[in-house]
Amino acid sequence: MINNAKAIVKVDSKDAKLSMAHFFVAFGALAIGGLMGLLQTLVRSGKFELPFGIGYYQILTAHGVLMGLVLTTFFIMGFQYAAVSRTAGPHSSAARRTGWTGFWMMTAGTLMSGTMILLNEASVLYTFYAPLKAHWIFYLGLTFVVVGSWVDGIAQIMTYAKWRKNHPGVPSPLLSFMAVINTVLWIVATLGVAATVLFQLLPWSLGLVDTVDVLVSRTLFWYFGHPLVYFWLLPAYMCWYAVVPKIIGGKIFSDSLARLSFILFLLFSIPVGFHHQLTEPGIDPAWKFFQVILTFMVVIPSLMTAFSLFATFERYGRSKGATGILGWFKVLPWNDARFIVPFIGMAAFIPAGAGGIINASNQMDQVVHNTIWVTGHFHLTAATSVILTFFGISYWLIPHLTGRKLTKKMNKLGIIQAWVWFIGMAFMSGSMHIQGLLGGPRRSSFSTYGDSKQALEWIPYQIAQAVGGTILFIGIILVLVIFINLAFFAPKGDEEFPVGEAENSEERAPMVFENWKLWLGILTALILFAYTIPFIDIIQNAPPGSKGFRTW
Amino acid sequence: MHMHKLEKIWLILGISCLIIFLTTVGVSAFYMGNKPPSCLLTIDPEKVDQQKPFDKPGLHKVEGKEWDYELVYVAQAFSYNPAKVEIPLGAKVKVIATTKDVIHGFEVAGTNINMMLEPGYISEYTTTFDKEGEYLIVCNEYCGSGHHLMFSKIEVVKK
Repeated sequence: MINNAKAIVKVDSKDAKLSMAHFFVAFGALAIGGLMGLLQTLVRSGKFELPFGIGYYQILTAHGVLMGLVLTTFFIMGFQYAAVSRTAGPHSSAARRTGWTGFWMMTAGTLMSGTMILLNEASVLYTFYAPLKAHWIFYLGLTFVVVGSWVDGIAQIMTYAKWRKNHPGVPSPLLSFMAVINTVLWIVATLGVAATVLFQLLPWSLGLVDTVDVLVSRTLFWYFGHPLVYFWLLPAYMCWYAVVPKIIGGKIFSDSLARLSFILFLLFSIPVGFHHQLTEPGIDPAWKFFQVILTFMVVIPSLMTAFSLFATFERYGRSKGATGILGWFKVLPWNDARFIVPFIGMAAFIPAGAGGIINASNQMDQVVHNTIWVTGHFHLTAATSVILTFFGISYWLIPHLTGRKLTKKMNKLGIIQAWVWFIGMAFMSGSMHIQGLLGGPRRSSFSTYGDSKQALEWIPYQIAQAVGGTILFIGIILVLVIFINLAFFAPKGDEEFPVGEAENSEERAPMVFENWKLWLGILTALILFAYTIPFIDIIQNAPPGSKGFRTW
Repeated sequence: MHMHKLEKIWLILGISCLIIFLTTVGVSAFYMGNKPPSCLLTIDPEKVDQQKPFDKPGLHKVEGKEWDYELVYVAQAFSYNPAKVEIPLGAKVKVIATTKDVIHGFEVAGTNINMMLEPGYISEYTTTFDKEGEYLIVCNEYCGSGHHLMFSKIEVVKK
C-alpha cells in the first residue's frame, strides 16, 4: 500500500501544473478576501468608513465567498489532485483533461459571481438566503463553481479507480483513499445547494417563477452547509494523519484507524444540517434533536484522531530517547515550519471543537445563535486550524510542484507567519467570542443601536477585533510573500512530498473500507432517515411562497 | 483491525461523556421544556397586517393562559413594530413575531430569546422577565443595507 508509493517520488510535472493553477487562484482569493476582512474589522471598530460608496455588506459578501468558497475549494482540489497523483500514480491524460475542465469551470464561475458582487448586484452574503434576491448571474456563477468542482473531483476518482483495478484485493494508498472520501463527501453534500440554486433560486431570479419556498431553500442550503466545514477540515486531517508523521520522522499510528475515522466523518457530517436551524420556526423540535445527536457522533472520529496524532508524537519522542510523561513533547521538530505551522492549527482545534459542542447543543445555541460568537468559532476552526494546516502544506507542496526548495529563510518566515496568525486570531476570535456572549450580533456594520447601553459595551471588543484583524492581515502579507517566493524565486531543487508509513506495515487495512456500495448505502440511509419526514412536513405545511427583495 | 488498549479506554471514556452530555441536553429539552423556538404556525407573508395577532403589535394582557402577556412584533426591513415597549417586572410573556419581507433575526440581548423570523412563519417563545433594566432587541440575521440599524427596545420596570 504505502510502500508502493515509494517508487513514485515526484508528482508528475503535468499534474503539478494543474495543481499550481488551483493554488494561484486560491492565494489570489486569499489576498483579496483578506483585504476585505481587514476593512470589515476596521469599519466595525467605528473609527473608519469605506470610501467611494462601497457598502459594508458588499465587502462582507466578497470576504465570505472568496475565503469560504473560492480559497478553500481551489486549495483542496489542487492539494488532493497532487496527493492522488503522488500516491496512486500520475493521472491519465483523460483524468487530466477532466481536471482542467473542472478548473476552468470553477474559475469562470468565480469570475461571474465575483463580478456581480463588485457591481453590488449580489450583496446577499455567501449564504444567499432567499428571499434576498441577487442577480441571476451570481447564482449561475455559483452553479459553475459547484459543478466544476464535481468535474475536478471526478479526475481524482478516475485515477483512484484505475489504481484499484490494477491492484485487485489491495487497499489503496492512504492519501488517495482520504482524498476520494473527501471528494465523495463534497459531491453528496453539494447536491443540496445545487438543488436549491438550480430548481429554486435560478428560475426565480430569472423571473420564470414568482415566489420561492424559503424554508425548503434554507434546509437544502444547510444540508450542504455543515458538510462544507468537514470538506475544509478533512484535507487538514490528511496532513495531520498521513504527512506530519513523516515530517517529524515518525510513523502513522494506525493506517486502518485513520481510514475508519474518515469513513465515520463521511457518514456523520451530512445528515446534521438542522443544528444550524435550531432557532427557526417550521421544523419539529424532535427532528432537530435527532440531528443534534447525529451531529455529536463526529466526536468519536475526532477522539480517534486526537489519540492517533498524540500517539505518533509520543512514540517518535520516546524513540529519540525522551523520558518522563511529557519529555517527548520537547524533542518534536519545533524549528520545522512544515511541522509547527500545522501543529498550531491542531492546538487551535481544541477550543474550536469545544465551542462547536456549545453551538450544536439545543439550548446553549439559543444564547449564541447568530451572535458574533459564531464568527469567532469558525475563525478558529476554518481560519486557524484548517488554514494554518493549508499554509503548512504549501510550504513543501508548492516548491515540490515548482521544482524548488524551501530555504531556511522561508522556513523561518513561515514559523513567524504562524505565530503572527496565532496572536492576531487570539485577539480577534477571543473578542468575538466574548462579545457574542454579551449578545453582539454577527454580520453587522458598526452601530450603537440608538446609544443602547448594551451595544455601547460591545464597542471595545470591536476595537480589539480591528487590532486582531490588522495583525492577521500582516500574516496574510507574509504568507503571500512566501507563496510568491516558493512559486517563482526560491532556488531550484527537490523538495520532498512527505508521505507517512504505518507503524505496523504488515497489518493491512480491511478491504471493507473500500466497499463504496456499503458506505454510500449507509450514508443514503442516514440522510433519508434524518431528512425525509421533516422535509415532507416542511413541504406539506408550507406557507405561501415569498417574492424576491432587494434590500441593499 | 487492531486497536491499542489505551485507545479503547480513551474511546470508552469519551463516548460515555458523549452519552451523558446528550442525555442531559435531551432531558432538558423534552422533560424540562427547554426546547428551542420551533413554532409550526404559518401565515401569508403579504397579509401580515390584516391577520391576528399581527394587526395589533405591542404588549397585551391576556387571561386564562399559562402566560400573563402576549408581546406581538412585526418585523420588516429595517424596523420592528413596536419600537419600544414597557414590561412589568416578573411578567411571564409569550413573544410572538413574524416578518413581512426577508428573513430577520429576533434576539433580546442578555436573555435567551433568540429566534429566526422567516416569511410565512410565526416564531414564538415564552419567558419570564425577572430582571429590571433596558434590553436591546437586535436583528442578528443579515437583511439588507440597514441591517445594523434595525432594533427595538424593551424596558422591564417595577410597577
